[in-house]
Amino acid sequence: MRPFEYVRADDPAAAVALVSADPGAEYLAGGTTELDLVLKDGVLAPERLVDITRLPLRGITRADDTLRVGALVTMNELAADPTVSERVPFVSEALLAGASPQLRNMATIGGNLLQRTRCRYFRDPTVPVCNKRIPGSGCAAVRGPARMHAILGAGEHCIALHASDLCVALVALDTLVDIQGASGPRSVPLTRFYVLPGERPDVENVLQHGELITRIRIPLLPVGARSGYLKVRDRASYEFALTAAAAALLIEDGTVVRARLALGGVGTVPWRALEAEQILHGAPATGATFRAAARAALADPFTVAGTAFKVELAERSIVRILHAVSGVRP
Amino acid sequence: MSPGEISVDVTVRVNGAARRLRLDSRVTLLDALRDELDLTGTKKGCDQGACGACTVLLDGRRVLSCLTLAAQCEGREVTTIEGLAPDGRLHPMQEAFIRHDGFQCGYCTPGQIMSAVALLEEGRTGSDEEIREFMSGNLCRCGAYPNIVAAIRDVAGQGRE
Repeated sequence: MRPFEYVRADDPAAAVALVSADPGAEYLAGGTTELDLVLKDGVLAPERLVDITRLPLRGITRADDTLRVGALVTMNELAADPTVSERVPFVSEALLAGASPQLRNMATIGGNLLQRTRCRYFRDPTVPVCNKRIPGSGCAAVRGPARMHAILGAGEHCIALHASDLCVALVALDTLVDIQGASGPRSVPLTRFYVLPGERPDVENVLQHGELITRIRIPLLPVGARSGYLKVRDRASYEFALTAAAAALLIEDGTVVRARLALGGVGTVPWRALEAEQILHGAPATGATFRAAARAALADPFTVAGTAFKVELAERSIVRILHAVSGVRP
Repeated sequence: MSPGEISVDVTVRVNGAARRLRLDSRVTLLDALRDELDLTGTKKGCDQGACGACTVLLDGRRVLSCLTLAAQCEGREVTTIEGLAPDGRLHPMQEAFIRHDGFQCGYCTPGQIMSAVALLEEGRTGSDEEIREFMSGNLCRCGAYPNIVAAIRDVAGQGRE
């Protein structure tokens, strides 16, 4: 483990300037990803860690139908917010389905967006082949044992999964990400924040080095909409998803007026299922509609031997959450 | 301190007492507690955020000390298992773990108890199912789970009486 300098930041602009000017510097927030990869796995080797946990990026405020969440709000804090429970309950469900209570007290919302993949080949520096760690070296997961890997947005260069639960619900809601950079602030929709691996799996999102997530803005669901999050996993708790589905539905007179659907456990990025939403919009809220939507969501998977089972499991997860949220009996 | 190391000064309150430390910047809260402050009640299990054996309270909230830098605790309050029984009188949760035989080898026990104490504060003891879910970050290789749940249920019930 290489020594690093520890710097405590007390001003956002100064922190951004410091990291932007130093290619060897990285931000440290909750630490549940960063310290794991620096201290334990030895995958990351920053020369300087800039601790941002004292920055004034906390607090949850509501402005009309948007919830503004500071980047340093913890997972447990957001899960306990009354507006979240009332107007976007599946965000709370997704948060509480993730990690453990201790980790949720540490991990921040900004950090959750930027969590790194759990792919074991990525997290093991003794594996010489990983396009995320060593661009151009190849992908060991495509040829080796793989189970906790992606089937959507994946390809021969990378099948590493984005393992967040929270981001599945957030991407379904068209959440906005507010970013501070050395040259000023900007906002990016979460649906366009992540970059598919393609031929450059080492590029995971649109952030430039030194840019800092300062806040997210969550649009609340319309009154009357219902939502739910389903996580399917190998253990009952404290485990990453094999498949997950976040759904929000507004149903009037048996017809789906508005639908939002996103998938976890299957995507190289938090996966918005737009094709499925198009089938749901305006259609009768029935099992047949839900099954058609599920098939559309999984129409074009990239599977390897160890992940082929996920196609049917994800389809069934979608059908089940749509039944649960709509109240339509299977 | 060997060449190449970068040190950092930290003042942290541990179990009510201010402690000043000069540490390598890479030292975790877990290693600072055990190796610098001789508070070996907090256990190192996986040392990677998976088992919960290193659970302590940071400003009253349960966290994993293996994934927290000691440097990040500047000015903050840490409570370890030793801090639950400052005068040698056991905390009700410690007594309940003994009464219900909530451990075998005992290695995960300090983390289990710190998590259980936090659980009471969090109000997540409404049912055995809820206790299990919100204790899921603490693994017990001996499989003492039924008795751990019984101990927590017992203390939670005392609070309601």
